[in-house]
Amino acid sequence: MRHRRFRLSHLLLYALLTTGSLVMVTPFLDMISTAFKSQTYVLEVPPTLIPREPTLQNFVDAWQSNHFALFFRNSLVVAVSTTVLSLLVSAMLAYGLARFEFPGKNLVFYAILLTMMIPSLMLIIPQFMLAKTLGLRNSLTGLVLVYTAMNIPLNTFLLRGFFEELPRELEEAVLIDGGGHFTIFTRMALPLSTPALATVAIFTFLAAWDEFTWALTAIDDATKRTLPVAIATFQGEHLTQWGLVFAASLVAILPVIIVFVTLQRYFVKGLTSGAVRG
Amino acid sequence: MPHARRFSATPYLFILPGMLFFLVFLLYPLVEAFRISLYDWKIMPGAVSTFVGLDNYLRAFKDDVFWIALRNTVLYTVVTVPAQMVLAMLVAVLVDALPSGKVLYRTLYYIPVITSWVVVSLLFRYLFDPSEAGLINYFLMHSLHLIAQPIPWLREPGPAMVAIITLGVWKGIGWSMIIFLAALQTIPADLHEASQIDGAGPVQRFFSITLPLMRPTVVFVLIMLVIGGFNVFLSVYLMTGGNPLHRTETILTYMYNQAFNFLEFGYGAALSYLLAIIIFVISFVQIKFLRRPIEV
Repeated sequence: MRHRRFRLSHLLLYALLTTGSLVMVTPFLDMISTAFKSQTYVLEVPPTLIPREPTLQNFVDAWQSNHFALFFRNSLVVAVSTTVLSLLVSAMLAYGLARFEFPGKNLVFYAILLTMMIPSLMLIIPQFMLAKTLGLRNSLTGLVLVYTAMNIPLNTFLLRGFFEELPRELEEAVLIDGGGHFTIFTRMALPLSTPALATVAIFTFLAAWDEFTWALTAIDDATKRTLPVAIATFQGEHLTQWGLVFAASLVAILPVIIVFVTLQRYFVKGLTSGAVRG
Repeated sequence: MPHARRFSATPYLFILPGMLFFLVFLLYPLVEAFRISLYDWKIMPGAVSTFVGLDNYLRAFKDDVFWIALRNTVLYTVVTVPAQMVLAMLVAVLVDALPSGKVLYRTLYYIPVITSWVVVSLLFRYLFDPSEAGLINYFLMHSLHLIAQPIPWLREPGPAMVAIITLGVWKGIGWSMIIFLAALQTIPADLHEASQIDGAGPVQRFFSITLPLMRPTVVFVLIMLVIGGFNVFLSVYLMTGGNPLHRTETILTYMYNQAFNFLEFGYGAALSYLLAIIIFVISFVQIKFLRRPIEV
């Protein structure tokens, strides 16, 4: 009796969760389906989930005649550069805050906490003026510099917590052997922090890969567009060509899904650190 | 001690590169935004910006669209935050109770969170197409028989807000769910067993044991979601652009439109500072009243 009730309740669990996940996933299935439809079959009544005459034409058109190969390259260059640069400067900053005592340390830390809490869009007007003054408009470098800065507060916060927990004894051993603090940082702190660095790298990469508003604002030159801006602009110009829009969108979100599914454990760790105290 | 404390440049060398980025691209813009908000700011070369004091802030209070934007922003937050939290908690509790397949379900609910706002906003424009062929209209008309005529979703303010809010909830559930799930897994199993022996049912156990133990996590999620709700921007910008006639404007879309479409940079900067003040006050109140210093 008891055994039977248990299995029934499990069945109910699976039924509820599956219904819910259908709501989460159906929009994506519709998007994938539309990406494989030619224009004639887009938005027909009744809607069909399996395309009647599936075609790869949308992907070919997006990639070749609509320059999405170029936008993909721009996005990749910006996201990779941002990740490397932001990781380097955030790790150094976090290490400085975690392992040293110096005048002004608390001020720096609280300033970083403050910028974590303000809406990033609040800075866009002065950032736009600054980019004009420094000649950073219409350049991918301008995107990389601003993205790097935008990711510093959270990255520093997460890495500082990790560095603080590294054992001090190893550090003293290197100092006695005549090594300097920079040796400790590169030879010991960084290799020991690979999981934390991976978490921070994933978050930074995705943030840079998906960023829209600053890229839209800073860049007018169509050849310098990143994928999110290119997709939104394309949809604005070709209102009904949903097959093409979604083919391009799939190209943009596929790397993200792959990164997430393969590196899930770093992801979850980063998300929940700070939120849950065990 | 072998050597006395002396000034060392080492820590400053470590923080220097990061601080340069931080000061130039974050802290300076933060201060500069406030300065711009005090001016009738002109961006054209040669044009003179005039100091107007707090006029840009006073202008907001007399601006009907500002009040519409504030109302929409509050509406979005008040609806999406509880909806996300309740649904996310339900999913988290159910996933936690699964005998197997936890990672699969967690992933399915999390996919919208990792998908870019740009893509999902365009996707929801497509799903909420005003014609009968739009998936939502078709479903409401022919599967549920709730409506006889297609709803012109994004062309009218009320339905447009419904679509925007639906997207916000749909995209956000997974984030809260993953954090709730992590917190659920830290609750010791023997606590549950003990109360099971006392004869408490699953619902009673959830409200008397699980929820109180998760209080710090719930408060954290609440604070973060409220901040996120007030920051709603991209979905609105891409789905309606604040239209028709500014009726779906939120504070940040209105700020962005004022600055970059009408070149009203002073007014835009003032709007962004008003939003920051609102968020700061609300977060402060929540932290003060909801966070207990010591949790059991």
